[in-house]
Amino acid sequence: MLSFSDLQQRARAAWQASQDGRRARILVGTATCGRSAGALEVIESMQQRLADRQLDARISEVGCIGLCYAEPLVAVFLPSQPGIVYGNVTPPLAEKLVDGCLLRNDPPAGALGTLGPGNVDGIPPLFDTPVLKHQVRRVLRNCGFIDPAQIDHYLAHDGYTGMVKALAWSPEEIIAEMQRSGLRGRGGAGFPTWRKWQFCKDAKGTPKYLICNADEGDPGAFMNRSLLEGDPHALLEGMLVAGRALGASHGYIYCRAEYPLALERLRVAIGQAEACGLLGKNVLGSGFDFHIHIKEGAGAFVCGEETALIASIEGRRGTPRPRPPFPAVSGLWGKPTVINNVETLACAAMILQRGADWFAEYGTESSKGTKTFALVGKVKRTGLVEVPLGTTLRQIVFDIGGGVLDDKPFKAVQTGGPSGGCIPCELLDTPVDYDALRAAGSIMGSGGLVVMDDSTCMVDFARYFLDFAQKESCGACVPCRLGTRQMLTILEDITAGEGKPEDIDLLSELAEGVQKGSLCGLGQTAPNPVLTTLRYFRDEYEAHVLRQKCPAGNCRALIEFTILSHLCRGCGLCRRDCPLDAIRGERKQPHVIDALICSRCGLCRETCRFDAVTLVQEDERG
Amino acid sequence: MDERLAAILESFEGQGHELIPLLQQVQREFGYLRQEDMREVARFCRVPESQVYAVATFYAQFRFRPIGRKHIMVCRGTACHVRGAPRILQELEKQLGIKEGETTADLEHSLETVACIGACGLSPCVMINNRVEARLTPKKVAETLRKAGGNA
Repeated sequence: MLSFSDLQQRARAAWQASQDGRRARILVGTATCGRSAGALEVIESMQQRLADRQLDARISEVGCIGLCYAEPLVAVFLPSQPGIVYGNVTPPLAEKLVDGCLLRNDPPAGALGTLGPGNVDGIPPLFDTPVLKHQVRRVLRNCGFIDPAQIDHYLAHDGYTGMVKALAWSPEEIIAEMQRSGLRGRGGAGFPTWRKWQFCKDAKGTPKYLICNADEGDPGAFMNRSLLEGDPHALLEGMLVAGRALGASHGYIYCRAEYPLALERLRVAIGQAEACGLLGKNVLGSGFDFHIHIKEGAGAFVCGEETALIASIEGRRGTPRPRPPFPAVSGLWGKPTVINNVETLACAAMILQRGADWFAEYGTESSKGTKTFALVGKVKRTGLVEVPLGTTLRQIVFDIGGGVLDDKPFKAVQTGGPSGGCIPCELLDTPVDYDALRAAGSIMGSGGLVVMDDSTCMVDFARYFLDFAQKESCGACVPCRLGTRQMLTILEDITAGEGKPEDIDLLSELAEGVQKGSLCGLGQTAPNPVLTTLRYFRDEYEAHVLRQKCPAGNCRALIEFTILSHLCRGCGLCRRDCPLDAIRGERKQPHVIDALICSRCGLCRETCRFDAVTLVQEDERG
Repeated sequence: MDERLAAILESFEGQGHELIPLLQQVQREFGYLRQEDMREVARFCRVPESQVYAVATFYAQFRFRPIGRKHIMVCRGTACHVRGAPRILQELEKQLGIKEGETTADLEHSLETVACIGACGLSPCVMINNRVEARLTPKKVAETLRKAGGNA
């Protein structure tokens, strides 16, 4: 078995070899998002072109750098020059890149930016462009740069040095360092990580267990997936650190089955770490045993709740039980158990690697460090974002995200998934930290940020989340099982144009009951989307109920579309896009919508470049 | 007992906590959970049949009817929702002639929804046999189905 310094040496040599200056290198992001945008086809066409032109270059698959809006992403590194990054690469563009960069040393126009030291005329460094300039990449530092399938790449970037330190330290010292760092749980609730560890370490009963919650159930969030796919060893190292602090020798990763690539990368990473003696029996000869097992989630949102997750690992229905006792005292198989989120554990590894002071350089008084977010929805630059806690929502949506798609008016941003709430324009300057978001009626959650423009109906959006909560309610307690059902029925009535004036008060009353009476976090937070929309967008509810109108033009029973003939240029875009062929018109002549066929899906309104498709106002409707 | 089932059972110890991975393995092999297989699993794990059924019906992943060769999962995540997922589902239902949760009579396509695929930056998206199709529009649905090798 190699010693750690031998391992590091071997890894650095392997990394250096992969950076070999004499050979051109091409990095392609092939995480799930890259693949779905066609990254594998891009690799294929590049390989073909390289062969056709008899050129030599090494193509490496890397994780996701987080610029989802520009996927697939390709970075071309010529010997001793900075890398040039291109976005939205198609197979034909890939061929052009091979010809331009490798054959003629004349990179085609349209590059996003450069990577690494050195300058290229006319192309800004990628990390100076607006999307990355405001970000601080710590958790995501390796994503998109190293090959996640190679442990050497991780080791060559200080990987596992945190674990080595943890082996040398006592559990008390590790926990004290975590306390100094101020790290709070990244899964949503924000409980101080050190305290959880302390409770578990001090609890009577052995063995102790560690569980990593990688179920990432919040719809609209994919931070954990990106990290698992792009840098799986970061999680393994964090688990080793936690295991050492708790005195646990078994850890479980509970990861959803919908993430096949993440699961594959984790399995590969575990195998490599075991082969290097960094995981398993007698880690690096220290006498510390730590084994990691993967449990595939079977599709239940409620399993994000700690006691439900434990029930699921034990082979039962994932229904929560009342707490206390908390899992830190009585968890898996009745033994003291800590459950941490993927990002929390990755942070723990970094804290040991670089120290608590380094970690706490960023953040606010009560929320330290950086946090990853999935910036999605109606925003120009969707993607994975990492910013210091305390950054405002405005900075994230407008500076990093580039503002609302098609420059439409900003309406709200939803944080915290089905347990969170909608934050309106007036509160855009809210700093993103645990406490400020809670004060605004929402929660930090695991990090989903969904941007909405004026075409999103807030009542329908609340209905969407209640539909989700109601379907995912495990049924164990009445307030959640029946309360969410009743709330959903009311919201369905309102969006179908059958709402009654008293419904709004009834909704608030029910929401309060469900919040107070439910057994677990799912039910207790399920009303949040309704409560925040009632708080900030009450006028929309009233428009639906009192005036039979959906101001956003979304609720089909309450709207009708028409094409303004003076604005229509007859381009035919809407006609081609209409799923029901309800639009007629000659080329360059104003088009018309057949109201009898039209299903009011609103696609034409989104497609029209001349704002010619509008809602028929209530008083005009026949 | 079915030979393939016996082979799967052999790789487990027969403990209650193995129930979910076991059922996942069985479903991977046969495409769905057959009644007789669930009975065998119950016997093997020494748990009541009712518990196997209770667990299998609790989790969204488990199915009790055969699945189509192309398993289409429409993401109903938040990002997909605000960028038009309901229209994608509607279009798929129209083109395949089945509703969400159903399978075509020729066992070619199954249509389901899933809470979130996690490709939110490229919404709306669907997953067809573990492959994610992103940035969909209702008009792109037909082409996507054709690309997946369907005859719809």
